[in-house]
Amino acid sequence: MSAHSTYEPKTGFERWMDMRLPIIRMTHDTVLTFPTPKNLNYWWTFGGILALCLAMQIVTGIILAMHYVPHVDFAFNSVERIMRDVNYGWLVRYTHASGASMFFLAVYIHIFRNLYYGSYKAPREVLWILGCVIYLLMIITAFMGYVLPWGQMSFHGAVVITNLLGAIPLIGPAITTWLWGGFAVDDPTLNRFFSLHYLLPFVIAGVVALHIWALHVPGNNNPTGVNVTSKDDTVPFHPYYTVKDGFAIVVFLILFGFFVFWYPEALMSPDNFVQANPLVTPQHIVPEWYLLPFYAILRSIPNKLGGVIAMFSAIAVLFVLPWLDTSKVRSMRYRPSVRPYYFILIGVCLVLGWCGAQEPAQQVIPHFTTFTVIDYDLNTVVWLSRVMALYYFAYFLVITPMMGLRETPLPLPESISEPVLSHPARGPAVTAAATQKG
Amino acid sequence: MSDTVVGANPDPHVSGDEPNRRDFIHIAAGAAAVGAVAGLAWPFIDQMNPAADTLALASIEFDLSKVVEGQQVVVKWRGKPLFVRYRTAKEIAEAVKDDHADLRDPEPDEVRHKPGKPQYLILVGVCTHLGCVPNFGLGDYGGWLCPCHGSVYDTSGRIRKGPAPKNLAVPDYSFLSDTKIKVG
Repeated sequence: MSAHSTYEPKTGFERWMDMRLPIIRMTHDTVLTFPTPKNLNYWWTFGGILALCLAMQIVTGIILAMHYVPHVDFAFNSVERIMRDVNYGWLVRYTHASGASMFFLAVYIHIFRNLYYGSYKAPREVLWILGCVIYLLMIITAFMGYVLPWGQMSFHGAVVITNLLGAIPLIGPAITTWLWGGFAVDDPTLNRFFSLHYLLPFVIAGVVALHIWALHVPGNNNPTGVNVTSKDDTVPFHPYYTVKDGFAIVVFLILFGFFVFWYPEALMSPDNFVQANPLVTPQHIVPEWYLLPFYAILRSIPNKLGGVIAMFSAIAVLFVLPWLDTSKVRSMRYRPSVRPYYFILIGVCLVLGWCGAQEPAQQVIPHFTTFTVIDYDLNTVVWLSRVMALYYFAYFLVITPMMGLRETPLPLPESISEPVLSHPARGPAVTAAATQKG
Repeated sequence: MSDTVVGANPDPHVSGDEPNRRDFIHIAAGAAAVGAVAGLAWPFIDQMNPAADTLALASIEFDLSKVVEGQQVVVKWRGKPLFVRYRTAKEIAEAVKDDHADLRDPEPDEVRHKPGKPQYLILVGVCTHLGCVPNFGLGDYGGWLCPCHGSVYDTSGRIRKGPAPKNLAVPDYSFLSDTKIKVG
């Protein structure tokens, strides 16, 4: 779909520029005239929303860095100073902190849209892998950012996550010490996390540029999953999708504003309002909501290395998904037998998230003891996490490869235009096409 | 690049069999560049390791008479919590009784305290799973329970249940007098 450029320089300056650095042409071709499938629904607006999230995090982050002090003795107080004394500091910090949650909310919707419509399949594997890289970088960046306020959860979260690497045989402890710059999470750790937290968003922006480049080679997937066959299947990005994305962004910002202005602390842990104390771990230590499913998977394995491997595998499996899926049909619209498994996966991820926020030995159904299997009672969060983690991996490693071979998909439309035109609500002109499909 | 031979002398760079001087220069230059990058990379990596002042962290002395029977005092040592526990006779008995139980990291209680001082248990208060600080008095074995992922330690600080692989570490320490220890 990398069509020939339709840009024609209009002014003398544009002609002059076009001969030297054709950046106006590039912008014109990628933002204005880019041919986009005409049937994209609102699930496709999250790419634009995510670009906005990244921009907002970078802008608010640069401002926060002007007032923040990366030192164990001053970090906590400097954040409180931002909240109380810096002009509009509360607004910038709440936007940045809530922004992280909104960013992950949008990225999860973006990923699950991808899974439903099979956007990761050929020829978009590289596009998908770049997306996975962005997601991984987002996790690392968010984790380091969460350490900076130097509250109790910041500190002990950093201890737990850096210790994960200590599970690597032989070199693990050396890597942990290297990462800490000492024998425990301390001032050197805070300093380097600040440095990297500032750097990584720009790395993400770079990968986003590659992601968009990789998107613009094959072009967008669409809800039918069938390829664009003619010019009739597409519309120019502007004004059609600038307006649609714009509307979605406004709705998204209303939700964003709801958190920033009414419930800015809803997504924060009360323990993080207590300054870090290396001698006392909070009674109940949990990561931010967007990492809870992985935390539940980590805790479900009663072995340090095993738990760490399972947790990293949960992300690693996404990278190879294009080669695990044996189905040529992209959209689940035409794969009714796979759809239930997909919706179960969403439920499983939500339940894993719930499990991650509970204590391991807590009962799922209160006041109900069954019998102990291996180490815990069957009616505990640990066992629920195990069953859910098993489904998570089974979905990617068993169900996805198997169903592609065994299912009978519904007949695919000839083109993107066909199901749009043959929609029952659209006049008689296309009833022929509809009956033909039967 | 040398498809056409100009002039009588054949181009010395196209003879594929014998390595010539240009090949040598290519390989030597490439090797020098790789060596230089590797040599430069190490300082950039090693700078993140503990600095000299961090490594020079002093050892600490602690007066055990500050701890009464059944009490645990937590002090900071090398940025980590150090548990100084005065065990009761019941706790010591339980620890010794379990010496031959099914332990994940088998260690008899007597090697975890200094000879003749079974009441004083000195431990690095860092869960061997992911580094949280375990809380005393919780868990099924009368010892510590890690709040993060539910590892349970007994009255000797040995791992009994949960994901942690090892017992709570006993640091290097020695008795300077009957009631004074030096850790580190």
